[in-house]
Amino acid sequence: MKSFTKVKSIVTPFDQVNVDTDQIVPKQFLKLIQKSGFGKYLFYNWRYDSNEQPISDFVLNDSKYQNSKIFVTRDNFGCGSSREHAVWALQDFGFSVIIAPSFSDIFYSNCFKNGLLPIQLDSKIVDSIMNSNSEIEVDLESQTITTDFQTISFEIDPHKKKVLLEGLDDILLTLEYENKITDFEKKSNVPSVL
Amino acid sequence: MSKTLFEKIWDSHIVVEKENGPSLLYIDRHLVHEVTSPQAFEGLRMNKRKVRRPDLTIATMDHNVPTNDRSLPIIDQTSSIQIKTLEKNCQDFGINLFDIDSPYQGIVHVIGPQLGITLPGTTIVCGDSHTSTQGAFGALAFGIGTSEVEHVFVTQALWLEKLKPFEIRVEGKRKNPFAVTAKDIILSIIKKIGTAGGTGTVIEYTGEGITDLSMEQRMTICNMSVEAGARAGLIAPDEKTFDYLRGRKYTPENFDELVSVWKKDLYTDPNAKFEKSFTLKIDDIVPQVSWGTNPGMTSDVTDTVPDPKEFAKGDLAQQKSAEKALQYMDLKAGIPITEIQIDRVFIGSCTNARLEDLIDASRVVKGKKVSEKVSAMVVPGSQMVKKQAEKIGLDKIFKDANFEWRESGCSMCLGMNPDILSPGERCASTSNRNFEGRQGVGGRTHLVSPVMAAAAAIAGRFVDVREMDLN
Repeated sequence: MKSFTKVKSIVTPFDQVNVDTDQIVPKQFLKLIQKSGFGKYLFYNWRYDSNEQPISDFVLNDSKYQNSKIFVTRDNFGCGSSREHAVWALQDFGFSVIIAPSFSDIFYSNCFKNGLLPIQLDSKIVDSIMNSNSEIEVDLESQTITTDFQTISFEIDPHKKKVLLEGLDDILLTLEYENKITDFEKKSNVPSVL
Repeated sequence: MSKTLFEKIWDSHIVVEKENGPSLLYIDRHLVHEVTSPQAFEGLRMNKRKVRRPDLTIATMDHNVPTNDRSLPIIDQTSSIQIKTLEKNCQDFGINLFDIDSPYQGIVHVIGPQLGITLPGTTIVCGDSHTSTQGAFGALAFGIGTSEVEHVFVTQALWLEKLKPFEIRVEGKRKNPFAVTAKDIILSIIKKIGTAGGTGTVIEYTGEGITDLSMEQRMTICNMSVEAGARAGLIAPDEKTFDYLRGRKYTPENFDELVSVWKKDLYTDPNAKFEKSFTLKIDDIVPQVSWGTNPGMTSDVTDTVPDPKEFAKGDLAQQKSAEKALQYMDLKAGIPITEIQIDRVFIGSCTNARLEDLIDASRVVKGKKVSEKVSAMVVPGSQMVKKQAEKIGLDKIFKDANFEWRESGCSMCLGMNPDILSPGERCASTSNRNFEGRQGVGGRTHLVSPVMAAAAAIAGRFVDVREMDLN
């Protein structure tokens, strides 16, 4: 996984609550067996009309946000299906940071496995960030967001922060505890399903 | 120290515990399907890794599989590739697969319990959010992403932040338990606590409203815990749980021994503390019908489509979302739910496609015909459900009423196979998600119970199933 340090860009304001992963990547694109190339399917049913033409007033079709790396949205982002394709699509499209007042559990966890940084902030602060027209900077090391007017701190679990900063392989980290897993298996007696 | 059932299962599965950090939790059962696993298997190959415990892993294909004649080739090339990929992956990594021709094929959350793979007190994961279904057996069962699928393949364990125990007490007795179902209970709960009401929690359902339910009905409740935002749903095992599991294909030989251990361990201690609680009284609840684009947007069948402003109770973001939902659903505030006409009926999914669901729906349908304007289908949750249903003649009842009787799979719950709504079509569906486009781009989904779906199929619109004549 690529390491994450700092990101500076304008924000893409996505002013909707309860955005579910069925919208982030519609089911017709879940049949692929690789992780790459999902950016073109991001919000597909909202981005394109029935003739596959871009819908002009949809925010991701606004050229102003073309190089944005920071996606700002509302409560309960990523609810519904566990599909990690949602994270792959946001990332492949160019986003590195998602800011929202709350996230759905599985989506939140999936972000960290792919180097996408989800930041949870009070909804009033999210409001102010959503309305900012100039670039903001997100610095994971110092856990701060800097806008023209203020510096905002955010919380993140230290283990998750380390994994993102160093781009660590989660599985490799867990394998350091392999002896403990083996010990656990010796005392547990779960029936086989083979 | 007093503990909740969730905390007992959690504590007994900790491999590594870190202060103020996540714990490494041992996973007893890993269920795999074709959509969320290919990238995980690819990760194994790239890193030359193996599946640590193939003996604790099972796979089936459910999301993509066609539900019509299975002797025909799969037309959709991408679906076909995904299905073949799962076959190859299971072969290469030594995983037990119930493939499209297996008598045990079915929706992964339906076959887990039917095969006795789902056991009380165990931890169960699958790359699918509705894994929560299996919490009905007193197992800690939850959905994970594809990276975590790969992690469980290699380590048979998972790092998890401790979730918070949330008690939802269901009190009272339904006046008409045939017409007011488990689906109506869970939709009523989601309507009250909201689709994010359970975020960061594991819900334990308690109270006589829950213990009164059969195992299949309990699965419907736990299934939709994720629609309330919770990671998992949980119901303490009792005699019904043990009776259900006795004598199934993978039920352990020392089952009775296990039962006595489970009886000693698997319940919430009387003084244990939940971090959150909510009580629903069910004496007066009525059949539910969703009108919007998330499962919290639900009304009583006797009610009207709400005004977005009233629905949102002052929350502007929610109001905007309800307005958008009404526009997508092509509905106006104030119209009675029973005036909403439908085009399609889908009885299926991991929420409501088990044998009891089909028996109940068939009682509504028997001797009647599906409205001429409506096309209706029944998709049993598994091949085992299908066979049992056919044995007691349910297929004939449905077919005589002009329902299509299909092979098992996820089907039109999410339409990854050819079973989809056309743009603008309106469907009474026994599934779990009414998200925009879920059942087909531009399709409009109303979530209901199997008996309400059956009644709507006959009437061509939503009707209060309590008022139907039953055979």
